[in-house]
Amino acid sequence: MRVVNIKLNRGGRLLAGAIPIIAMLIVYGVMSAARLEANEYDKVLPTFGAMSDAFLRLAIETDARTGQITLLADTLASLRRLGIGAAIATLSALVFGIALGVVPTVRAALGPLIGIIAVIPPIAILPILFIALGLGETSKIALIAIGIAPFMIRDMAAHVSALPVEQIIKAQTLGANSWQLTLRVVVPQALPRLIHSLRLSMGPAWVFLISAEAIASNVGLGYRIFLVRRYLSMDIILPYVAWISLLAIATDALLMLLSRRAYPWAHEGGR
Amino acid sequence: MSAILSFDNVWVEYRDKVVLESVTLDIEERSFVSLVGPSGAGKSTFLRLVLGQEGPTRGTVLLDGTKLKPECEPDRGVVFQKYSVFPHMTALQNVMLGLECARAPVMARLYGKARKRARDEAAAMLEAVGLAHNLDIYPAQMSGGMQQRLAIAQALVKHPRILLLDEPFGALDPGIRLDMQALVTRLWREHGLTILLVTHDIQEAFKLGTRVLAFDKRRHDPHAPHRYGATAVYDVALDRKDREDAERELAAHLSPQPAAAGAA
Ligand SMILES: Nc1ncnc2c1ncn2[C@@H]1O[C@H](COP(=O)(O)OP(=O)(O)OP(=O)(O)O)[C@@H](O)[C@H]1O
Ligand SMILES: [Mg+2]
Repeated sequence: MRVVNIKLNRGGRLLAGAIPIIAMLIVYGVMSAARLEANEYDKVLPTFGAMSDAFLRLAIETDARTGQITLLADTLASLRRLGIGAAIATLSALVFGIALGVVPTVRAALGPLIGIIAVIPPIAILPILFIALGLGETSKIALIAIGIAPFMIRDMAAHVSALPVEQIIKAQTLGANSWQLTLRVVVPQALPRLIHSLRLSMGPAWVFLISAEAIASNVGLGYRIFLVRRYLSMDIILPYVAWISLLAIATDALLMLLSRRAYPWAHEGGR
Repeated sequence: MSAILSFDNVWVEYRDKVVLESVTLDIEERSFVSLVGPSGAGKSTFLRLVLGQEGPTRGTVLLDGTKLKPECEPDRGVVFQKYSVFPHMTALQNVMLGLECARAPVMARLYGKARKRARDEAAAMLEAVGLAHNLDIYPAQMSGGMQQRLAIAQALVKHPRILLLDEPFGALDPGIRLDMQALVTRLWREHGLTILLVTHDIQEAFKLGTRVLAFDKRRHDPHAPHRYGATAVYDVALDRKDREDAERELAAHLSPQPAAAGAA
């Protein structure tokens, strides 16, 4: 049988996916043990036990200085920034992307500007944001929003312009004016794509969040990682990275679930 | 009978490419006009003029004696070969859309009693096209024939005077095609429609039409094929019995098409 035609069943797929992960964990365990064998004070590859101890301390104990549970405070602060930034980007993608895609005049007027903004590396304007908006929450949220919005807006506009012209014409022959056409034909078909493009943007959004937190913050997942880096605390950094991945995976799964629930028609006939 | 549509020396050009040239003809109310011709002859362009999707470069198109605005209006319905229905709406929602746009200017959605009434109207229309048992499924769950039935119901719920069909059965199996031909003929009579049907099937054109119009180029410039446009080179009313003779006569009028003459 050809390799391209071999399909696994559900159990087979789970197993196939688990093997590399387990292998990676084993390799880590072996290497960590070897390093600690050579030097019992080695901090680079801590044991799983050391990592869970350190992580649990941050997850359960209240920090004496702040009076808060560190992990909880970091997670809430980061998710809040991420959530607000992503929400602003999503909303502007919905409004501008659809206006750009539907109304030729808007496309002519705003297309070039958004094109220019899109090619600026967002991290390069981080200093501008810090100067203009201060070191507080606003500049971090702004970086996330500015970082991902241009891609989302352009993706949305491209998706909307690619709707078959037959649909747009048909709606008009059914008596729809521009507003009704947008509301009933364009927006509903744009929403599943918007969720899709948000899912794709969450990766960059985390990058911008952690960059901003690393540079100027006093709470947050990115802040914590860069803070403990000074003490080479890999026993905190590694679990934090795993925790971030877990949050990212959960967000993605939630968005996917939302899309499937709300827009079943958009998920018909997928492979 | 009076002319519902009249074309007076109509030209359509895209830059230096002439697509239609000096088209002059009248279309009677309640006629069933079949449009045939080689690929690229401008049949869809002709429909787009009637639809108001675009205006002529020169000449005038009159609807009931007044000049047609280059905008689509609900008095002219359309069914394309593909993409005529909205994939995100169920059959019922697809048909209700036309009613909701007219009755709910701001939200384009109806509620309560008004919704119930629109729903019943839409359901009746779906029943008329044979989709009575498929009200709540999405187009992706329908066969090609069912989707075209839905597209027809969606257009007819607005009670258009003119129905434009651009190769509506082009992608259907022969058996389904026959059913669809019978359906369209019945609806044409029942609703007193004027139908313009583009088809590549000459038999279909003669079977359904009360008039067959063939578009083709009168003149050819071998060095610059875009120089001349197509026009109605053959036009026959079929209230006579000799449909087969007319069909043969038409074959002699059309320029021979290369075997692989293109897709739609
Ligand atoms: N917007 C446009 N710009 C430039 N050329 C166009 C445009 N629309 C149509 N044409 C050209 O006009 C010609 C006629 O097109 P049209 O689609 O009307 O042909 P048709 O008779 O419907 O062909 P088919 O049977 O393949 O559907 C084609 O050569 C096409 O390339
Ligand atoms: Mg065509």
